Order: sequence, then C-alpha cells, then structure tokens
Amino acid sequence: MTEASLFLASRAMVKRDVILALRRKADVLTTLFFFLIVVSLFPLGVGPEMETLRVIAPGVIWVAALLAAMLSLGRMFSDDYQDGTLEQILLLPHPLSAMVLSKIITHWLLSGLPLVIFSPLLGMQLGLDGEAIVLLMITLMLGTPAMSLIGAVGAALTLGLRGGGVLVSLLVLPLYIPILIFGAGAVESQSSGLGADAHLSILGALLMLALVFTPISTAAALRISLD
Amino acid sequence: MLEVRELECVRGDHRLFKGLNFTLQQGELLHLRGSNGSGKTSLLRTICGLMTPADGQVLWNGKNIQSNREDFNRGLMYLGHFNGIKGELSAIENLSVANSLSGIKISENKILDALERIGLAGREDLPTKVLSQGQKRRVALAQLLITDSKLWILDEPFTALDVHAVELLKDLVIRQVQSGGMVLLTTHQYVEIDPSMMRELDLNAL
Repeated sequence: MTEASLFLASRAMVKRDVILALRRKADVLTTLFFFLIVVSLFPLGVGPEMETLRVIAPGVIWVAALLAAMLSLGRMFSDDYQDGTLEQILLLPHPLSAMVLSKIITHWLLSGLPLVIFSPLLGMQLGLDGEAIVLLMITLMLGTPAMSLIGAVGAALTLGLRGGGVLVSLLVLPLYIPILIFGAGAVESQSSGLGADAHLSILGALLMLALVFTPISTAAALRISLD
Repeated sequence: MLEVRELECVRGDHRLFKGLNFTLQQGELLHLRGSNGSGKTSLLRTICGLMTPADGQVLWNGKNIQSNREDFNRGLMYLGHFNGIKGELSAIENLSVANSLSGIKISENKILDALERIGLAGREDLPTKVLSQGQKRRVALAQLLITDSKLWILDEPFTALDVHAVELLKDLVIRQVQSGGMVLLTTHQYVEIDPSMMRELDLNAL
C-alpha cells in the first residue's frame, strides 16, 4: 500500500512540475536559449577557423551546458518555497528524499534533457564529426543529470537567502569540475585514439554516486532552510 | 493522541517559551492564544515538525514525531500563513495534486463537491492566481472537506474570510472535533464556539 501511494505521489510530483513549467514556458526556454547563444558566441569571438573550433568544441559546449544548468537551479525549490507548497511537501507522509528525487528528475527533464537534444546542432556548428557528436551527447546524457542532482543540494541550502543565485554558483560550480573534466575530456580522448570508455565509466560512476547521496542531503538541507 | 513535553522554542537569541506541556486527546479543540510575537506560529510549526525544538519533544501516539515522521504526517493536516496552492493551477488541479501527493486518489466529483460547498462554484477552472485573497484561502480550506486527517493544525485560518466562510469553517472545525478528530488553532478573531468544546492555552501566561 505504501509503495503504491509513494509511486502515485512521485508521479504526481513529476506531473505537477511539468504542467507548471508548460504554463510558464519562458523559464524552460531561457535555459535553452542561453545555452545556444553562449556556444554560438564562440565562433564570433575566436574566429571562424574550423580547426581551432573543432578542438575547443567539446569544452565550449560543456562549459555552456554547465552554466545553463546553473541558471535554472535557483528555480528548483524557490517557487514552492514562496507559495508555501514546499511546507506541504515536507509534511507529506512519504520520505522527503523520494519527493526531492522526483523534483530533481523533473528539473533534469525540463532543463538538462533539452540541452542534450540540441547539442548535436551546436556540435555541427563547431565542426565536430558524427562520431564525436554522438559521444558528446552520451557524455551530456550522463553529466547533466549528475549536475541537476548536485545542484539540488546547493539550491536547497541557499533557499530563501538574499543573493542566493550567486551563492549557489560558488557552492556548486567547484563540485561540477570532475563532471566537466571527464565530460569534455571524453571527446578529446577518443579523437586522439585512446578511446572514451574510461571517461564514460567515471561519468557513470559520478552519476550513480550523486543519485545515492544527493537526494538525502537535499532533503536534510530543505529541512534546515525551512526551520 | 498528541503530547507536548517540556517544549522550548528559541528564535534567534530570543526564547519564546520553555517548559510547555499539554496533551490533545481525540475529540478535543485547543485554541492557542497570545499576543503578536508570543510564539504561536513557532509552536505550531514545531508541533508539525517543520521546526526543531530547542528542547523537549512532541509525541504522536506516544512516539517522537522526529523519528516517526511518515506515520505522524499521515494523520496531519496543516494550514499555515501561506495557502500552499499554486497560482498557475486551477482550484481543481490544486486539490487533485495535493491529494495525489499524499498518495490518495480521489474522484473529480468529490473535489467539485468540496469546491461548491466552500463557495467556489463557477471558479473551479480559473488559475488560482486570478482569484481574490479570500478565494485563494477558500481553495486551501477546501482541502479540509476532503481530508480524513485526525489532527488539524490551523494557523490563523479565519484571516481574509468573509462572514459566510467563517461560519462554514467554524462548522467544519466543530464537526471534526465531534467526529473524534483533534484541532489545534490560533486566531485573533472572536469566533463563537461553545466553550465546553474548547480548551484554551495562553502563551503569554507562561
């Protein structure tokens, strides 16, 4: 009975956040356009030399994805905090970490997944070949959920603080460094003939680690923020 | 049964109260009184488990709520200063989401019925952000008509309500108490409830 009601609740949470995002499309689109525009600025700044662009492409796309993920973090809990629904979520008869995980999954669906979907376009724009583009997508597919998970802890800790947006960057960006190194490094490593398996394994391991620990720490951080 | 034992509550450097003891049995209504800043909201939030007490404990059926949250939350309905409703969702959607989140499936008819009784007929499909303050409060209160929670904790439930809605809410509270539920509320408004049904606790007197 409790498993069934927990499942019902998790599904309701995902559905609710998706409906809310669809009614306020601007929030979702800002993240995506930010990503597209930042990457598109590089050829203008660095110059249209295809060789140079191809070398920096994975790094540029990854850093842009990281900043875009950063941009959407603030909204993960703040709306619910302001209208009191977060209080009600804390008082649900379910483990808070399960509810938090549903919110993080939705956050990724709405802000991480669009980046993965549009990354091939940017890859082509910067002259990556087909193989590199597929690999880039795989790394983003593993990296962006990990960023949503880790970011959730920062978002929960800075909830309700003035200037929380800047603070969350300072808290979370250093924690994104391993993801960035292995994400962007995978493409380079493959083009140099070393293969990307090790990088992908480490990214997968980081994702699993985040999946286990961050919902619990986010739940604890939320309780502290609402105290 | 709710039991509060030697509760102490501190906000910043200021101690709001200490050594607070009381129990709330089935079928009891406790009216919490006290001037502004005497710690009414803090006490209610502490009892809900949203705030951690500086000292003492809150027991639900003899077990500490901190270590027994899910069980306690199942029997709890809390309405605080915020309505806890989403402005982008309609009244129907808000209630339906609130119940699914608790893990309960309820029919749309039941929701429509509750909204009609609370006086929101014809407004069910509007996004709640276009409703007035009192109407938003009513959406939140409609949840009281649907829930079967044992313990209601209501923080200033009468604010922003008109005379008709105040009467309705009063009836709801009385019915909850008569059916063996427990209600803990604060209000600054004078609400006419039979004194034999109601206990009072004055935080200023502590």
